[in-house]
Amino acid sequence: MTHKQASPTLHPDRTGNTVPIPAGDTGGSVGKVELQIVTFDGSDHVLHLEGGGSLSPLTVAYETYGKLSASRDNAILVCHALSGDAHAAGYYGHSTDEKPGWWDILIGPGKPLDTDRYFVICPNFLGSCYGTTGPTSIDTGTGQPYGLSFPFFTIRDMVEVQRWLIDHLGIKTLTAVIGGSMGGMQALQWAISYPERVRGVIPIATTSRMSAQGIALNEVGRQAILSDPKWLEGRYPKGDPPGRGLAIARMIGHITYLSEESMHQKFARRYANGNGRSFSFSKDFQVESYLHHQGDKFVRRFDANTYLYISRAMDYFDLETDHGSLEAAFSQCLSSFLVLSFTSDWLFPAHQSAEIVRVLRKLDKEVSYCNIESDQGHDAFLLPGHRMGDLVSGFLERLKEGGAP
Amino acid sequence: MSLVHSLSHLVETDRSSLSHGVDWALTTLRDRALDDQISSIVVKGERVLDLGCGKGDLLARLKKEHRIHESGIEIEGIAVSEAIARGLSVTHGDLEDSLTSMGDRSWDLIILNQVITVIRDPVAILQESLRAGRRVAVTFPNFAGFRTRSQLALRGRLPVTTSLPYQWYDTSNIRLVTVKDFRALCDQMEIKILKEAFVGRTKGGGFRPISAWPNLRASSAMFMISK
Repeated sequence: MTHKQASPTLHPDRTGNTVPIPAGDTGGSVGKVELQIVTFDGSDHVLHLEGGGSLSPLTVAYETYGKLSASRDNAILVCHALSGDAHAAGYYGHSTDEKPGWWDILIGPGKPLDTDRYFVICPNFLGSCYGTTGPTSIDTGTGQPYGLSFPFFTIRDMVEVQRWLIDHLGIKTLTAVIGGSMGGMQALQWAISYPERVRGVIPIATTSRMSAQGIALNEVGRQAILSDPKWLEGRYPKGDPPGRGLAIARMIGHITYLSEESMHQKFARRYANGNGRSFSFSKDFQVESYLHHQGDKFVRRFDANTYLYISRAMDYFDLETDHGSLEAAFSQCLSSFLVLSFTSDWLFPAHQSAEIVRVLRKLDKEVSYCNIESDQGHDAFLLPGHRMGDLVSGFLERLKEGGAP
Repeated sequence: MSLVHSLSHLVETDRSSLSHGVDWALTTLRDRALDDQISSIVVKGERVLDLGCGKGDLLARLKKEHRIHESGIEIEGIAVSEAIARGLSVTHGDLEDSLTSMGDRSWDLIILNQVITVIRDPVAILQESLRAGRRVAVTFPNFAGFRTRSQLALRGRLPVTTSLPYQWYDTSNIRLVTVKDFRALCDQMEIKILKEAFVGRTKGGGFRPISAWPNLRASSAMFMISK
């Protein structure tokens, strides 16, 4: 097992200048952070995947914020969503206009995941393209990137790899596991796979089983990639990816992350550049420009094969089928739960969260639930402007008081 | 023309001053009136479920005083956020639906504080609560209290009091009940009454315990019941 601090695609501050760090809404920033890398190999670290096949060696990229206590009992695991990465908070210090990590509203001193109190860990999940082993990684057997020879993986496999990391960091019990969307699926899976190792679970804007609507939307995204002539059965060169297909997949994604109300507020029927109708199929409307911009931006940062695999892992998430029933799935759980949904989220609608809560209630598990009023759609969990942070704080406070069984 | 115009303007102004929907803030005083009585029946470390817990004022008090293992259910999202943010275990949802999914005798005490008059089927809620809880504490505004009686009898108007602080058109209370009527229902449903407690209004606007002639004197009542 090798362990080093590295930033494969990220550069340290070369100028040596201090980069000004903007403060969040409330609380401070964790400041400058570094991506860390650990590689697991050897016979005790062979990942046998749920869908068959195995992986070894296996690298995990992760970031940590705050300090692990002497008794190692203050760790919180943050799970990211489909296109996320390990950079959940703070700054790398590349440039003055750098955006903070993707959940900087939640993580930092004085924030709900208070880094003065908690040791926050965010790993890049298995199969992603941000440092943890995935389809873009080099297969040591062939010396070539895995591409489509990468084994299929599931949420359960992701959690298994996260568990290796937690073991590696010497942590027995996590104070909490938290995540939104696909990150929420991982949080639920943690509660089921390792009941005795998680005190609190916070699944946000998620579901216990991917819905037909969710699978349908993923499939359209995949077909956009698969039908791009540049896809080449997954063997496209690094410099010439199936960009059209991947961009369309992302455009569909972005539609599902918003709500009718938030789209109306952002764009209404406004024309791009103030011009009117062009009577052509160019990007007349601001909403069109927005989607194209998001699509193009995504192609520069994400890998098409990786998108196929990850969206499939999401489709296959179904705790009910895995365990026979939702009751059976959660029956062995020992954690306290805080389940959160958002009123305008139509990708993971509130009733899917309410169903999880109903079953947890039935099983007499500790559970809190709020369907938070927001018109921001599924994206709400990444945005400020509602009470998610306060609820997370309250829940963690309760755990600290020993409210959990 | 101008008269019609100014009249319609008056009507508009008047309408806009009417409340829309239920203003729960009006009941804050009443909802806390029997907290002492409820607290007195709670045993240390019990599992207590508050149905319609609002922002969790009572649960927070019981947790502090008796270290209860608390849980609440509330339908108003903003109240739920308040409750969870202050560190209470509360779920957002409908009382009736939530209660039916709970196991038999899964709670030492279930609290129905000022809720049986606002729900569609009070009998079903009582039955379900008595199934899921070993004891149930029920509180309600007593419609036979002399303040309500006198407003109806002498003024010929529907009563508006601290315990029933609404007009007929904006009230959340779709059921009305008296101390005697509740006892009659318990009798009919073969429910055991373990304890009764009553409060009446003081001149200063507060509440004080009452023991004699509760049906005439109490503005709110608490019954602790079991099956």
